[in-house]
Amino acid sequence: MSGDESDGDGPDGDGAAVVAAVEAVAERIERERDHLTELDSAIGDADHGGNMARGWAAAAEAARDLDDPDPQTVGKTVGKTLMSKVGGASGPLFGGSLVFASAELDGGIDAESAVAFAETYLEKVEDRGDARLGDQTMVDALTPAVHTFKKSIETDGLPPLEALAKAVDAADRGVAFTVPIRARKGRASYLGWRSVGHQDPGATSTLYILEELLSVAADRLDAEIPDVDATSPTLPDDAKAGAEDD
Amino acid sequence: MVGLVVVSHSERAAEGIVEIAAEMAGDTSIEAVGGDGSGGIGTVPDAIEAAIDAAADGDGVVVLVDLGSAVMNADVAIELSEVEAVIADAPVLEGAVNAAVAATDPSATLDSVREQAEAARDIEKL
Repeated sequence: MSGDESDGDGPDGDGAAVVAAVEAVAERIERERDHLTELDSAIGDADHGGNMARGWAAAAEAARDLDDPDPQTVGKTVGKTLMSKVGGASGPLFGGSLVFASAELDGGIDAESAVAFAETYLEKVEDRGDARLGDQTMVDALTPAVHTFKKSIETDGLPPLEALAKAVDAADRGVAFTVPIRARKGRASYLGWRSVGHQDPGATSTLYILEELLSVAADRLDAEIPDVDATSPTLPDDAKAGAEDD
Repeated sequence: MVGLVVVSHSERAAEGIVEIAAEMAGDTSIEAVGGDGSGGIGTVPDAIEAAIDAAADGDGVVVLVDLGSAVMNADVAIELSEVEAVIADAPVLEGAVNAAVAATDPSATLDSVREQAEAARDIEKL
């Protein structure tokens, strides 16, 4: 990455926060490597843990090497590294989607650009993987997370950290949803009905990534992680008044 | 002219397919790309993007792919590349040979070459 693309705003800026998030994700994925591989060995080819750990370690290194980068540059660098290092379908799904979604962060990170980033990421994963909700894939964790985040920001007007905390809870429920359903995409789909009863590895690593984003966001804001629940929406006062009129 | 790219999980398979197709390809620009970049099996979007750029000769590029993640990585590469490129939904070897023949037609277009590559799905061997 060339130096002239670096227009971050120092160690306390958004670019540095994204680098910290990528490092946290890399550490988490490394800790969960065996668990992810175990999940994948039940329904796939037992390489998700190793592939993701290798890719995120390389991505964290590439992110650290950037000189005072802006968030978009970090996202694109990490995405490109994941594309070339993760391998299999996870490379284009996790990495390719990140490259394209990062373009939404060219003006920095705020509530609006974060929603646009999340929506683009989901759209790219769906299109590239040709997967929809209920196919027992990462889409099952990502969709509830993105929908909950968008709604929490745009409709409920929640602070971004609270919206993100709700999104993580939604993703957690999405991961649980992958267990009792049949795989219709990816290698697990070859198992047919035998895929029922297994937790999807890609949905699981998606949850871990979101949990680390939340943890780093709370840390950077010097705030506690809000104790929230995706199933109890907080309506702003005017929306409540509107709802009563229905 | 329309250019061609052959993508395989194996670099040697991609090169072998290009070797066969090139016999029919005349002056057509045809690039092989494959492998995970460190000697193993896989595909890498950046490498595919570079191959598309190298194969481009003014009238776009038709991309032939083998399996699974090669399709997704080619898709990412096409979206990243400035070149107009399309994936042919065709068997990689037969499609590459058909596309090579089609690309030598003076009136060949991106669509006509892709269509000829995709016609390879119907080739009967017995």
